[in-house]
Amino acid sequence: MTGAKAIVTSLEQEGVTTVFGYPGAAICPVYDCLRESPICHILVRQEQNAGHAAAAYGRISGRPGVCIATSGPGALNLLTALATAYMDSVPLVAITGQVPSDQLGRDVFQEADITGAAEPFTKHSFLVKNAADIPRIMKEAFYLASTGRQGPVLIDLPVDIQTQELDFLYPESVSIRGYNPSAKANPLQLRRVVEAIAAARRPVICAGGGVFGAGARAQMRAFAERCRIPVVTTMMGLGLMPSSHPLYFGMLGSFGSSAANYAIRHSDLLILIGTRAGDRAMRQPGVLEKRTRIIHIDIDPAEIRKNMEANIPLVADARLALEDLGENCQAADTGMWLAELKEKLGAGAPFSDCPAFVNPHRLVAALTERLDSDAIYIADVGLNQIWSARSARIKEGRFLTSGGMGTMGYALPAAMGARLATTARQVVAVMGDGGFQMSMQELATLCQHDIPVRMVVLRNDSLGLVRQIQKQEYAGRYEAVDLSGGPDFAALAQVYGIRAMTLSDNDEIDEAVDALLAGEKSFLLQCLVSPDEPAL
Amino acid sequence: MKHTISVLVENHAGVLSRITGLFSRRGFNIDSLAVGVTEDKTVSRMTIVVEGDSYTVEQLEKQLNKVVDVIKVRTIPQQDLISRELMLIKCNATGRTRSEILDIAKIMNANIVDLTKNTMTLEICDLPDRLDLLEELLKSYNIQEVMRTGTIALQRGGAAINVK
Ligand SMILES: Cc1ncc(C[n+]2csc(CCOP(=O)(O)OP(=O)(O)O)c2C)c(N)n1
Ligand SMILES: [Mg+2]
Repeated sequence: MTGAKAIVTSLEQEGVTTVFGYPGAAICPVYDCLRESPICHILVRQEQNAGHAAAAYGRISGRPGVCIATSGPGALNLLTALATAYMDSVPLVAITGQVPSDQLGRDVFQEADITGAAEPFTKHSFLVKNAADIPRIMKEAFYLASTGRQGPVLIDLPVDIQTQELDFLYPESVSIRGYNPSAKANPLQLRRVVEAIAAARRPVICAGGGVFGAGARAQMRAFAERCRIPVVTTMMGLGLMPSSHPLYFGMLGSFGSSAANYAIRHSDLLILIGTRAGDRAMRQPGVLEKRTRIIHIDIDPAEIRKNMEANIPLVADARLALEDLGENCQAADTGMWLAELKEKLGAGAPFSDCPAFVNPHRLVAALTERLDSDAIYIADVGLNQIWSARSARIKEGRFLTSGGMGTMGYALPAAMGARLATTARQVVAVMGDGGFQMSMQELATLCQHDIPVRMVVLRNDSLGLVRQIQKQEYAGRYEAVDLSGGPDFAALAQVYGIRAMTLSDNDEIDEAVDALLAGEKSFLLQCLVSPDEPAL
Repeated sequence: MKHTISVLVENHAGVLSRITGLFSRRGFNIDSLAVGVTEDKTVSRMTIVVEGDSYTVEQLEKQLNKVVDVIKVRTIPQQDLISRELMLIKCNATGRTRSEILDIAKIMNANIVDLTKNTMTLEICDLPDRLDLLEELLKSYNIQEVMRTGTIALQRGGAAINVK
């Protein structure tokens, strides 16, 4: 068969049923084979969105999402999505067309060195030189993307390789001598962890996105419950514990809850799991280490001691480590400590309402209260992300956002991908008017492929977060943050045939949310928010 | 402090740029890097000399290990280090100075590899410090060109750093 056919057959072998992409001359042979394949191709309206959609598909399905683009500009448009997935350790396989191999390096039409350009943002990449290598490379790409610390893998495919003939045999197994992700924890280290937990009086678990990556949400909850250890999460870890769980004390960090930050500051044992203790979460690395003992559990040894000291490092797959800990740890005497934290949790500040505007916290709280238990909530970037992270009440569902890169325009395409990764779960994308306008071309994709997504646009006619920075740190000298001039987004959605409405009154939130969630079709809810509505 | 790291990598195109890209991206300052194929033709060995504290070296090792094309990373302990560097050095040499340079070469165990009416080219293979010394000694003879290979190193004793 041809190289192109080998690519598509390999995708089928990997169980891929949906791919996101955008064609061009250099990838036409692959598209020609996709035509005859049962794989469903979602034609996005810009390649970056194919990347985000595939990444969210990967986050929800637990298997690498797949995106496809052509050479040059098509591939370059993928870069932001690759970097976004890389920062959040999301399993993704990207396939790009490339100019003919005998012309590589000559700056021919639509040539871009995409493996070079993507090098800092990919876990690994392949430039295919021989069609016979395709089955092995595809097998390795899926393996690399989905094992160890997950991440994006890029396959660059010169167009002549796509038409080259090969004998197709899909390998059964993978052997890459430079890649042996450790999975099982070292028993000696594990014993030290168990002892440290037994000795702690004020332990706290700080869990990050890696716990989701390892599929260890249930194991983490069981471990925390058995040992009666309070849990806080990073933004990437939101949803690991239901918001209402008695052991859960919220998100830590600059925009986190005071209870979570208090817990970290006053603990005598900090158990980091699947988190790199990034700068947004840990405000004072270096200070904390002096006060508390730190256990750091991560699949990536390079994360341990990178941002924070660790007294007990444990390199392991979070699921295996948590299963072991759940079996071996005893319930700790944390009653006083939990009571102390409960007090800090308080009732939360009352909503401050301003007339003619919607209070975003109130909206997010009401919305998430009404969502199905397993709904997927996707937050964009900006003030709206902070409002979402603070006020969303997650039950058994998921909270997805671009945590590490903070990429505006993530939410809408991600919602598309997340929805296609499930059969019937509710998917809500909550975004600012800036972020929405970065990806609103995908409204057409939603319609074309009949993908039901609930959209909330928090419209403050400004780049709210940047405006707030200018207000607070630049004495209110506003520059380039005014977004007025946008159309009525509800009317815009309606032009696409998407149901929509506008909300400007806190008293009508419940009805608006009901409308948003009713029915089987997409809906866009435009909420008018004051440009002066603060982050917290 | 200087650390010498021995790295085994897949011997294909693009691997070197992956490694050097990682250095610049993560802000590691490399003193020298030398690459060559090993006893196994599918594997290259790099010797990297880096200046830094133990945090830097630990990070460097871990980041190198993450590169899929990297097969093995070992920092060679100072006391077990066998290291050599090769230098070619060309300087002015006329009738009178020629014999002076010859003397220096003899003492330093350097060879004369080229000679013209006005210049002399020496070759030395030794510890990097000794190369520095030779260069220093030849300074007054108007050095025209210096080329150094960067340090290569193996570990002393029977133990080997290889793919097995
Ligand atoms: C692609 C991209 N460009 C720029 C930024 C910088 N940035 C962060 S938040 C923000 C404003 C976002 O405005 P909007 O989407 O309306 O959200 P709001 O803060 O108003 O809720 C900007 C420009 C970014 N994060 N991503
Ligand atoms: Mg805005």
